[in-house]
Amino acid sequence: MNFDFSDEQKQMRDAARKFLTEKCPPKAVREVLDGKAPYDKELWKGLAEMGFLGVAIPEQFGGAGAGHLELCVIAEEMGRANAPVPFSSTVYLAAEALLLAGSDAQKQKWLPKIASGEAIGTLALFEGKGNPSPKAIKLQASGGTLNGVKRPVPDGAIADFAVVAARTGSTGRDSDISLFLVDLKAGGVEAKPLTNIDPTRGQAEFTFTKAKAEPLGAADDGWSILTQVLDRAAVLLAFEQVGGSDRALEMGRDYALDRIAFGRPIGSFQAVKHMLADMYVSATLARSNCYYGAWALSTNASELPEAAAAARISATQAFQHCSKNNIQVHGGMGFTWEFDCHMYYRRANASALTLGSLSYWEDQLIDRMRKKNAA
Amino acid sequence: MNFDDTPQEAEFRSLARKWIDANAPKQYEAELSKSSLGRIRLEKEDIVDVGKAWQKKKAEGGWACLHWPKEYGGRGASPIEKVIWQQEEGVYGKLTQPFQIGEGMCGPTVMAFGSEEHKRHYLPKLASGEHIWCQLFSEPAGGSDVAGLRTRAEKQGDNWIVNGQKIWTSGAHYSDYGLLITRTDPNVPKHKGLTMFFLDMKSKGVEVRPIKQANGMQEFNEVYFTDVVIPDSQRLGAVGDGWNVSLTTLMNERMSIGSRLATGFPEMFEFCSNLMTDDGLAIDDPATRSKLANWAVKASGLKYTSYRAISSLSKGERPGPENSIGKLVSGSMLQDIATYAMDLQGAAGALTGADEEMARGQFQQMLLSSPSMRIAGGTDEILRNIIAERVLGLPGDIRVDKDVPFNKIPTKGRG
Repeated sequence: MNFDFSDEQKQMRDAARKFLTEKCPPKAVREVLDGKAPYDKELWKGLAEMGFLGVAIPEQFGGAGAGHLELCVIAEEMGRANAPVPFSSTVYLAAEALLLAGSDAQKQKWLPKIASGEAIGTLALFEGKGNPSPKAIKLQASGGTLNGVKRPVPDGAIADFAVVAARTGSTGRDSDISLFLVDLKAGGVEAKPLTNIDPTRGQAEFTFTKAKAEPLGAADDGWSILTQVLDRAAVLLAFEQVGGSDRALEMGRDYALDRIAFGRPIGSFQAVKHMLADMYVSATLARSNCYYGAWALSTNASELPEAAAAARISATQAFQHCSKNNIQVHGGMGFTWEFDCHMYYRRANASALTLGSLSYWEDQLIDRMRKKNAA
Repeated sequence: MNFDDTPQEAEFRSLARKWIDANAPKQYEAELSKSSLGRIRLEKEDIVDVGKAWQKKKAEGGWACLHWPKEYGGRGASPIEKVIWQQEEGVYGKLTQPFQIGEGMCGPTVMAFGSEEHKRHYLPKLASGEHIWCQLFSEPAGGSDVAGLRTRAEKQGDNWIVNGQKIWTSGAHYSDYGLLITRTDPNVPKHKGLTMFFLDMKSKGVEVRPIKQANGMQEFNEVYFTDVVIPDSQRLGAVGDGWNVSLTTLMNERMSIGSRLATGFPEMFEFCSNLMTDDGLAIDDPATRSKLANWAVKASGLKYTSYRAISSLSKGERPGPENSIGKLVSGSMLQDIATYAMDLQGAAGALTGADEEMARGQFQQMLLSSPSMRIAGGTDEILRNIIAERVLGLPGDIRVDKDVPFNKIPTKGRG
């Protein structure tokens, strides 16, 4: 059994960590947090130069042609650094949708630009409150144009193109939904930034008015593609969440070692130690579930739907748990803007919702386990 | 990243599988598959007799205590081969329960601290199941604080005279030998006055009494020592060095990679999939689904954590500390699952009859037994300390009794 990343993949993780430690210190994250820039353009350029944006994109489309395991280790580092760039929307959602369902021409048009950092992509799925569901998609597609509103759209205000889920039928079945590719610079789409709990990862509202759109994948196949995209993104985002969990745990541990109260390091009090031990437990469970998700993703195994849901739930719980208790370990200082704890707390709770909330994925996991048992 | 054996591992697995297929006591397979938690029982036979027969057969075939050196009754196998054997032994591994303390704790301690003569004499018989060993560490006044033990050993010529009481000794009533830690000097701080021995459990003055547990069962014992004579030649390690010797024993206790801990999840998933409530199947209820999903990811997280450790072994590396979370997670899970399964049964959930239409009383039994899973082999609190100190590097507790002579440490909380 070799249920681990290879030495080469671990080297890539080390390289990503080194790069991000240097180029993405908390100070850089704060530039975006404080609203001085919508995202870190320099970092985005650097990630492209390092080959990280196109790591899982085949060479024929301008990528490094490595694979999803390599993308997983990079995702972990992006989460650890809390990188304020549109990585998840562009790489996990838009690029994965293109890889799964794009025509050769569509891939040729967008994937090289993703790899080179020239194009930011996103997925426009949600229309207000609620979780992923074909019923919730009202945005109309007809005659090659889209009309309607999408919100929230991750990184929508800075995106160049979007994969859009639209209604093309009214039978009440999944086949009512089709996917479209929209060049956001071609007119017909108004993008309005929305405020959200994690300013380092922007959200926007799209208003489509006779916006030109080309089909992505077979018509009526949209929901099935979308489900696969969400599963893949769930694994990749889970690695970010695990990276964030580990960082929050380390911050708490380091503070507990340094902070003296009642004449001793607070890390010598069992109440604090046990809190940190429990954080370690949830981060470890999440990491192990993520490894299984990575295996399923990289081999396109039939276990992927179940593995993705488990990774997503476990990593969401771990990041929320570790980031909130990191603040608790820090006490009052943890609740200041100056300390970095809240950046992870914000990211953890925003990440928990972005692909559908925890309760949605819990429901999915049980459905998928039942299906497997019935089969 | 894959779940495949290396060619050598595959060869070893096939060898083990063939041998098990030809030799396992298949008449017990169904019965062993059913029992999941706590001591294993067989309908018509004594588990110790059946276990001894299986262990003997394994020893003759070269499959007992695989990772031990051949000269002491083992096979000289690698850690990954040991894991593969456990996987292949499957339900028959439950028959080895009476020998696990000997193989996992007493044997390794004798191997590390015994004389060559002792090793050649005792270890092969331990490996073959001819002799069963127990571990005599815990005391009424020293559980988590093992070093607070009070059983005295006093030197008299070439012998030691032992007086005192041990508790929670698994299998003492059928054991032939015991590994015993005693206090030999109460005038020095507690960790410094301990000495380790092994003894014949049939020695004069050893009395074994079963303990009736909170769940109504009797699986453990108290062991009383009254002027028991132990020759100095049966001392393991130096006089006063018993604490260090015991660390070897306890370290082996926690090296249980590959042995699957019961979580209760598979039973719970099946139960909820079939339980019809007034509002439909339990598994269709959102609150139940949410709980199930939470337990599911804990169970799978533990499973894949152990796969990561096995992968390290396969590469010849030492597994990381992540395996230390196993018992901490599974103990509470059993308790929570049992509680919720009974909640779903409503007032009838309190009934314990095995013929109840719902779940054959398994969750009621789980509820009553699960507190011990959070205590035995390190309480949840001790395990959290271990993770915090050894994995995360946090400082140890401030110990008020560390430098105090043992006989000056207070023994009562009030008055």
